[in-house]
Order: sequence, then C-alpha cells, then structure tokens
Amino acid sequence: MLMRRCLAPIVAVLALSASGAASAQSALDGILAKKQISIAIPTDFPPYGFVGTDLEPQGLDIDMANYIGAKLGAKVTLVPVTSGNRIAYLQTHKVDLVISTLGKTPEREKVIDFTSAYSPFFQAVFAAKSVSIKAPADLAGKTVSVTRGAIEDIELSKIAPASAEIRRFEDNNTTVAAFVSGQVEAIATGASVAGNMMQKNPQLNSELKFVIKESPNFIGVAKGDDKLRTRIDEIIAAAKAAGDLNKLSQKWLGRPAGDLPN
Amino acid sequence: MIELDFGAVLEQWPLLVHGALLTLALTAISTIVGIALGIACAWVRVNGAGPARLLVASYVELVRNTPFIVQLFFIFFGLPSLGVKLTPEIASVIAMVVNLGAYSAEIVRAGIEATPRGQVEAARSLALSETQVFLRVILPPSLARVWPAMVSQVVIVMLGSAVCGQISTRELSYAANLIQSRNFRAFEAYIIATALYLILAIVVRRLLAWLGPRLLFGRELKAR
Repeated sequence: MLMRRCLAPIVAVLALSASGAASAQSALDGILAKKQISIAIPTDFPPYGFVGTDLEPQGLDIDMANYIGAKLGAKVTLVPVTSGNRIAYLQTHKVDLVISTLGKTPEREKVIDFTSAYSPFFQAVFAAKSVSIKAPADLAGKTVSVTRGAIEDIELSKIAPASAEIRRFEDNNTTVAAFVSGQVEAIATGASVAGNMMQKNPQLNSELKFVIKESPNFIGVAKGDDKLRTRIDEIIAAAKAAGDLNKLSQKWLGRPAGDLPN
Repeated sequence: MIELDFGAVLEQWPLLVHGALLTLALTAISTIVGIALGIACAWVRVNGAGPARLLVASYVELVRNTPFIVQLFFIFFGLPSLGVKLTPEIASVIAMVVNLGAYSAEIVRAGIEATPRGQVEAARSLALSETQVFLRVILPPSLARVWPAMVSQVVIVMLGSAVCGQISTRELSYAANLIQSRNFRAFEAYIIATALYLILAIVVRRLLAWLGPRLLFGRELKAR
C-alpha cells in the first residue's frame, strides 16, 4: 500500500515534463461527441479492482467507472493500470479519468487535478459481530493480528491500550489466516485486504469496528481540465445525494461511504 | 560505504533480550520433552508390537519428510478448525517437540541397533527384566554413542525456531524483524541477531555436551 501511494508521485513528476501545457480543449467535448470514455482502473487491488473468475475486471472502481460512463451517456473503455503508471496515463491523455484508489497528495496535486472523493480508503479494526469493540480502548485484553511494519501496525501500536495483545505477522496472508482460523479476536488491516477477506469468508460474520486511519480515494482528471472536473464533481455530488456512493461502498467494502471530502 | 548504526538497534535491547530468552526457553522445553519422546519412539520401533511400530514409523517419516514451517502452520492455523486453539508459544513448543521427537527417535534407534547382541543376552541371563535391560543395559551406551549427533539436532531445532516468529511468537528473529520494520536498520538488526544466535548455539552445544554424561549415561561411558 505504501508503495502504491509513494511511487505514483515520482512517476508523475517524471511524466510532467512530457505532458507539456494543459490542453485548452476539454476532454469532455470529445467524450460527449464520440460517446466514448477511457477510464484507468486497477486490476490488482481487490475489492477496488480485480479480475474475476470470468477474466473480466470488477470491483468498486470498475462499478464507479461504469456509473460515470452511464451518467455521461458514453461507452466505457476500461484501461488496466498499475500504481506506478496511472498518473502518466492521464497526463499523456491515454485515459480521460483515473479511477484507481487514488489518494490526494500535495505532490500529485501539482501534476493532475482531483474531483471530489468517491469512496473511502482506510485502515481499520475488524472483528466478528458478536465481539464488542467500538473504540481503541475496547481492545483491552483482546488479541489483534496485524501485519508488521504496515501503517496500521504503527498507528495501532500508538492508540491501543497496553493490555491489548497485538500479534504481528509477516505479511497480509498470515495476518488474515490468524484471524480466519480464530487465533485472534480482531484484525487490523487495510480496507482492500479486509474487503477481500470478508468476501471469501462470510461464515466469520465479521464487520468493521473502528477506523484507524482515513485516506479517501479521488478521481483524477488532467491538469487544468476544469470543464470535465466540474461535470464529474456534479455526478459525484448527485450520486452522493442519491445514496449511490453509499451503496457502492456497502457492496464492496462492507461499510457506508461516510463523510467524503470534496 | 554503508553507514552502520548499531545504536538504533541496541537501544531496543529489552526486545532482543526477551527474544533470546524465549528462544532459549522454547529450546529447553522441546529438548527435554523431544528427547524423551524420541527415546520412547525408538523403544517402540525396536521392541514394540506391530501396529505400534507402524504408527511410530509413520509419525517419524511424516515429520522428517515435511518442512518445519508447514508443520508449524498446520498446528497454529490448521488445528483451530478442529477446535484446538493454542497460543503461538504453545504451538511453537509443540511443533518443536514433534520435530525433535521424530529426528531423535531415529538417532536413538541407530544407537540401540549398534548395541552388541551379547550384551543384551548377558543381561537377560542375569534375570534382569526387559525394562531393566532396556533402561540399564541398552539405553545408556546407546545414548553415549549418539550424543554428539543428538546435540547437533537440538541446535538445528533451536535455529529452526527462528520461523516461529511467523506465527507471532516473540522469539529472537521476531524481535530482529520488529526492530528493523520500525527503524529500517535491517543490516544492523540481522547482524546482531546472527551474533546472538551464534552465541546461543555455542552455549547450548557446550551445555548439552557437559550435561549428557552427567545426567543421562554416566561419565565413564563418555570416554569411549
């Protein structure tokens, strides 16, 4: 996760020199004229974007891409991207939008523009519904698995009470295995890992208990394309008002979208 | 040139000391129980009834032909689905005992099979019971013969306990991993862990070589 969020700015800065001046013409005109929109999506990041057993991309980001395409009346071309090249794809106009669990950072804001946030990303504590945990203090006397050195390990180590037993594992797989096998009562992990775990293990009846750290996702548009950005912002605002963003978040992440920043 | 900063690692010394002590404790328990288990299994393989021999042979072959970390994961992640939940420390000890038990069974068996027949026949002709023959005539010289191999096996199991950190047992390599994930001083953390393992291994080897003749088979047999 850390890599995903750190690599992109470097690539972005490199690509900046190639992108040249911001296009005076908005990509929105082309989209509406051709009834076609290209959107960069992840395929390696469940449940936001992954390839299903039918080899078709699916996930929250893909649903969002199709949602926006439908609102614009355009056919969506999904372009699989990696964490490293997603911003470069936008800067070189290979795609019109990036919907790829993109976090907003000052470095990235220098090279692309962001719409409002459309989905939450977060590290949180998850446990079975029968276990009562509402805040970090409730972890007292409980066992929690976490991946050593991950953001959630460092944050949880700060906020958990001394009597909470934090069990650190080597990687996400063993952290999840410890929780799934019942060796620990709770698990602290990222939304992506937890979403995937809950999807594959419905028998655990687990749910989100509290969020350790929030870092919502935004849609990236080319720098200076205010017309497209404004239009997408309108769609997001309408989706938020209609409860569609909540539905999307509930479907893939098992929690409401919450308070998404503009 | 890499700049080494051992201070950043050494200031976490309580973690390292705790890790080294836990590694030693795991090794101590699994040595005692594991060797006892090994002797029992060796006895069964040599003298036991057919089905019991088959059972022990299966156990020994199963353990000796599968990786330790898989055995550990099976005990920690697998057994809960049968309703057996163990703490990481208990799971680690069990895995180490099971592992050492199988290897030491074969080591002890080699020692037993090297016992001259005449020695056993002489003991029987003195009207010793079968238990007496095994415990007083066969076992002590057998253990004396294989003790160096046994000590090596114990050290191997101790070094193998480094993977117990994978199930969050807070042993020495867990401590080194934790420290380097916090301050990114991987090189220093692992140099120190390596040095500590080396010291532990030498101490354990010396200690067992000294203890064996005094506790298990008598000092006069050591001279052989």
